[in-house]
Amino acid sequence: MAARLRDTAAIGLLWGAGIATLVILIVILAYILVNGLPLINWHFLTTNPGVRGQQGTGIYSTIVATIAVTGLALLIAAPLSVGGAIYLNEYTKENLLRKVFRQAAEVLAGIPSIIIGLFGFLFFVIYLQPYTGGWSVMSGGLTLAFMVLPISLRISEEALKAVPGELREGSLGLGATKWQSVTTVVLPTALPGIITGLILGAGRAIGETAAILLTVGGALGLITSVRDPACPMTLYIYNILTEYNDTTTAYGTAAVLIIAILAITFSTDYLMNRYTKKLKGL
Amino acid sequence: MVVITSNIEVGSLRRTRRRVLGERFIQWILLLCAISSVFAIFLIIVFVFSQGVPFLAEAGLSFLTGSVWLPTDSFAAGTWGILPIIVGSLIVTLGAVAIGAPLGIACGVFLAEIAPPSVRRALIPSVSALAGVPSVVYGFFALLVIVPWIRGHFGGFGTSVLACWIILSIMILPTIISISTDSVRAVPREFKEGSLAMGATRWQTIRSVLIPAASSGIIASVILGMGRAIGETMAVLLVAGNTIAIPNSIFAPVSTLTATIALEMNYATGAHQQALFAMGVVLFVFILILTGLANLVSRRRVTY
Repeated sequence: MAARLRDTAAIGLLWGAGIATLVILIVILAYILVNGLPLINWHFLTTNPGVRGQQGTGIYSTIVATIAVTGLALLIAAPLSVGGAIYLNEYTKENLLRKVFRQAAEVLAGIPSIIIGLFGFLFFVIYLQPYTGGWSVMSGGLTLAFMVLPISLRISEEALKAVPGELREGSLGLGATKWQSVTTVVLPTALPGIITGLILGAGRAIGETAAILLTVGGALGLITSVRDPACPMTLYIYNILTEYNDTTTAYGTAAVLIIAILAITFSTDYLMNRYTKKLKGL
Repeated sequence: MVVITSNIEVGSLRRTRRRVLGERFIQWILLLCAISSVFAIFLIIVFVFSQGVPFLAEAGLSFLTGSVWLPTDSFAAGTWGILPIIVGSLIVTLGAVAIGAPLGIACGVFLAEIAPPSVRRALIPSVSALAGVPSVVYGFFALLVIVPWIRGHFGGFGTSVLACWIILSIMILPTIISISTDSVRAVPREFKEGSLAMGATRWQTIRSVLIPAASSGIIASVILGMGRAIGETMAVLLVAGNTIAIPNSIFAPVSTLTATIALEMNYATGAHQQALFAMGVVLFVFILILTGLANLVSRRRVTY
């Protein structure tokens, strides 16, 4: 009887932990959205911030900056991560080399963003200044690529691993070369998983601040080239909070970010579910 | 009997050779892609250490043990002790893990064992959403909700150790939940079924069979959560108060390695900048130790 009682109590506590996690998420999201959503309108999204971040202006140039650094990071990281995942999964057997590569990606994913920022500052902002223009979209985007790479590498690899071996064998058996079966059979099957990895990588880049803080410059003007300094949304929130104490604009910007993150979460969740269903159906 | 007639054309052999060469070329390109993450780590270490290690060598052990931090752009004129900052990082991290780990592990077990499929379907994307919320947004939330709450109830500025603990314990939840869920689910069904069949209750099964069997994964999840907490910058920067002194209460301000680097890189030059890179090296060493520990623990995992 005592065991039964203890069982009920413990299971109740576990339910409590699950519900608490959900409540924490809802409270944080709701707090930002309730305060921020009323501020979002066409004017807010399409007007540039004031030079000193005055209220009543918009966040257009910061949205453009976020898209620019994220796009650049993906442009570099996407081919490297997908190519790397294909190599690891299709061209090597489970051996030492593969373990080393996987371990490296794990270590890279665990490096704190501020250290990546220090590196980006030294390498892209100072050392490669003639090419990147110093603090710029290019320096920020290239630095972010280091953070996107391990995420999309890991998820692409998982997606490739989930492709049934029979498909490869069938393709190879019909006389296709390795690369032909990769491009015509394996990649199309794994595509939803690979796209999920890239979207999650993009999410990381959109939400990153510390690495950006040291590399992108923080200028509020609308960028005209990748060598211009810029201020993505996350950095803008930090700057207006610490320099102008302008919580109103910060709410609006944070709400835009939250919407982007929610869209990413739900689209990847949907894609992954469809992918696993599709593979099970095979 | 069927006679197979081969019709190899003259050009076919050449085409095959070209195809083999193409395949090999592609394989090399793919290998380069795979190497890129190793190369990335190499670059990061070389560049960060190239600035930090010479400074560490010059400052010596007193950099880690000194408690006065008065940076200037010339080495001789400054006082370089980061002990309060290291202690600050450790206090903030350990407290966050002490709060976050029980909740995260419980939620992980709940997801793996208790949650009905419909609840699981709602909770899993919620955990990924929690992981996706930008750290500056967590910091913003903490600055506007948690800090005023602490100020109102306990006095002081509100930017404090406690504020860091609360927000960091939330931020490490996704790491702990997802890894501990996976490791509990990886325990073979037979273990659980055997225990239940012998008359154990669900909780007895969880406590004496599932959690021990998944313990290495669960411990690894906590260590990785610790890594996340010690490396977190923006949220801490906004709510820590950033006073360089060992805090004497949980309501006192604190400064961490990450926040100090982020804050002072803004204006640091010369030796001061190098000192911040040296702090980066110290932080990096902490992270490497934690990653190594997590690996060691999960390697111990028995494969069933």
